[in-house]
Amino acid sequence: MFEILKRQEMADGTVVLNEISAPMIAKKANPGQFVILKANETGERIPLTMADTNPKKGTVTIIYQVVGKSTALFKSLKVGERYQDVIGPLGKPTKLEKVGNVVCVGGGTGVAVLHPITRGLKELGNHMASIIGARTKDLLILEDKMRAASHELHVCTDDGSYGHHGFVTDVLKEILKKENIKLVVGIGPVPMMKFVCKLTEEYKVKTLVSLNAIMVDGTGMCGCCRVSVGGKTQFACVDGPEFDGHQVDFDELMQRLQAYLTEEAEAYEKHKCECKAA
Amino acid sequence: MAEKAAKKEKIPRQSMPEQGAQARKRNFEEVPLGYPEESAVKEAERCLQCKKPSCIDGCPVAIDIPAFIKHIKEGEFTKSVRKIWERNALPAVCGRVCPQEIQCEERCILGKKGEPVAIGNLERFVADLEREHGKGDLPPKSKPTGKRVAVVGSGPSGLTVAGDLILKGHEVTVFEAFHKPGGVLVYGIPEFRLPKEIVYSEVNFLERLGVRLVCNMVVGRTVTTDELFEEGYEAIYVGVGAGLPRFLNIPGENLIGIYSANEYLTRANLMKAYLFPEYDTPIARGKNVAVFGAGNVAMDSARTAMRLGADTVRIVYRRSRNEMPARAAEIHHAEEEGIEFYLLTAPTRFLGDENGRVTGMECLEMELGEPDESGRRQPVPIEGSKFQLECDLAVIAVGAGANPLLTQSTEGLNLNRWGYIIAEPETGKTSKKAVWAGGDIVTGQATVILAMGAGRTASDSIHQYLTWGW
Repeated sequence: MFEILKRQEMADGTVVLNEISAPMIAKKANPGQFVILKANETGERIPLTMADTNPKKGTVTIIYQVVGKSTALFKSLKVGERYQDVIGPLGKPTKLEKVGNVVCVGGGTGVAVLHPITRGLKELGNHMASIIGARTKDLLILEDKMRAASHELHVCTDDGSYGHHGFVTDVLKEILKKENIKLVVGIGPVPMMKFVCKLTEEYKVKTLVSLNAIMVDGTGMCGCCRVSVGGKTQFACVDGPEFDGHQVDFDELMQRLQAYLTEEAEAYEKHKCECKAA
Repeated sequence: MAEKAAKKEKIPRQSMPEQGAQARKRNFEEVPLGYPEESAVKEAERCLQCKKPSCIDGCPVAIDIPAFIKHIKEGEFTKSVRKIWERNALPAVCGRVCPQEIQCEERCILGKKGEPVAIGNLERFVADLEREHGKGDLPPKSKPTGKRVAVVGSGPSGLTVAGDLILKGHEVTVFEAFHKPGGVLVYGIPEFRLPKEIVYSEVNFLERLGVRLVCNMVVGRTVTTDELFEEGYEAIYVGVGAGLPRFLNIPGENLIGIYSANEYLTRANLMKAYLFPEYDTPIARGKNVAVFGAGNVAMDSARTAMRLGADTVRIVYRRSRNEMPARAAEIHHAEEEGIEFYLLTAPTRFLGDENGRVTGMECLEMELGEPDESGRRQPVPIEGSKFQLECDLAVIAVGAGANPLLTQSTEGLNLNRWGYIIAEPETGKTSKKAVWAGGDIVTGQATVILAMGAGRTASDSIHQYLTWGW
């Protein structure tokens, strides 16, 4: 179990796709849900929202950015090698329904999570306008897939190397001004989600976000992933990972994501040294 | 007879050697070191072999205590452990973590005038000896029945059910949500109190008996109980534990450095964060640590924090010493290791810095008023007693509630108003046909041995069902 059947590097090798054999999870998973992966005996449990599933083939697909030791370790796994543990599907699925005009906004690897949701919403007959963004052209992922899953696709880069020069929120604002939007789904880095929500709040448009809090068990047992939503503490793993973006305390989430900054840097440095030595 | 008793009483209760407090408070090795053979035999000689032994009544799984002790006295250690296995598949665990002082040992006749026989220490002795030097002989199994049983959760109650039913000839599969088996024995109880190697060895014993173990399987998510029935399982035992952390619900609780005991201990124990960066999971290493609550989990958390290099570790508890729910031995060990106790103290809010990290808390002094529904005297705040305590790490160990992951995804399972599964005490049967439940998901947070007792009750009932029907 948990063999890597397909592996693909994206965004200049900073983002990696793994298609993993996990038949029981694939059979049950729905858009918006996540899995927890552990590479080996000494590894950490890392939650990642699934980018795709194939129940027939019995596979789940994850797309992750290499940001530290654990994801670097994931990246080192080749086709034919295995994750020691994959657990899921966890979290609540996205509530997919027909509402009319929808805008899906994705940044960074958030686009990977956004894609199955966009596809699902389109299949239900919604009109999908999507906006995806990255720092620069080479870091953009899944443009073709997002185009296929949307009626219209807008691409933004911070440096203007491709598409609209600027942030996803610029384009979102133009759309909100012109059209009657019923729902916005925003998934990406926390600052992006925060500003998307700020904007949609002005236009009073319901907005869903998917939160990537730090987790351990992913089953509501430890409370590590607690987030403040509407002034109440919720667990991202079982109450989420999707929440009403207008209720989320993004500043607290941003701080909590920094909890192990020192340790993460230490582990990553050690890992790089060991890789060089080997 | 009286003379014989008096003679036996001359042998004092054999003490177990342990690591000194100064050394052990900075390492994760086990604290009590176990009996040498000589002490074990001597201790066994103290047992009066009562005709009507009341120690057995004090044991939730009714081990034939005088019989296994007699074997030790005679140097028949393998026979002794086999005698325990008849009623208990996890003797090395129970010898360490059972509260014998309020169970078997409390009933021991020797305890009326002096000290009771050290039943727990003896159980540990034979279990350890068998594990380390035994030939690996297995107890006899009944002939296969062809009936399949699913056990959900590999904690103490699930393992008990698995051990019982495999011996009765049924096919047993245990499903565990974590990547390693053992439940609370592995994620909750620290290495220095229960080495994980011992748990894995007891699990391995069950696997050698034929129990199939499937990890990474979240029943309620990966698979549902109804799907397990469709797959051909004829009976399901639910022993998923409590598993929902309680917080204090005071301002500032989401600051960085504030953990539930579940998270803190899971990181340290299951994920081996105390070996970071050799293991990848990090854990905060606080200098000034506050642990809220005064049960065994609080003691475990406090002693873990000390081992992770804290300068001060304080147990903050809103009642007095008399109400502390932890075992006396655990409190004693904690005190020896320099854990401080702030009793009759209740936190009212946490304080943090600009980066969202905890720096301290505001507390109130309490006094005890009238008894509440738990029968313990209710703490009442003393007016004007507000004060501040510094801390850079806080662990909240005020108990656990019922985790709804499985129960909400299982139709027809009746729950009480706190979300625990309603099960018949005499059988463990739930409102759903062919589903039994036991342990913390029925009783709320309790002890390892009570969970095992519930497992024993249910396994008897499951066996009856598989033989005769619901």
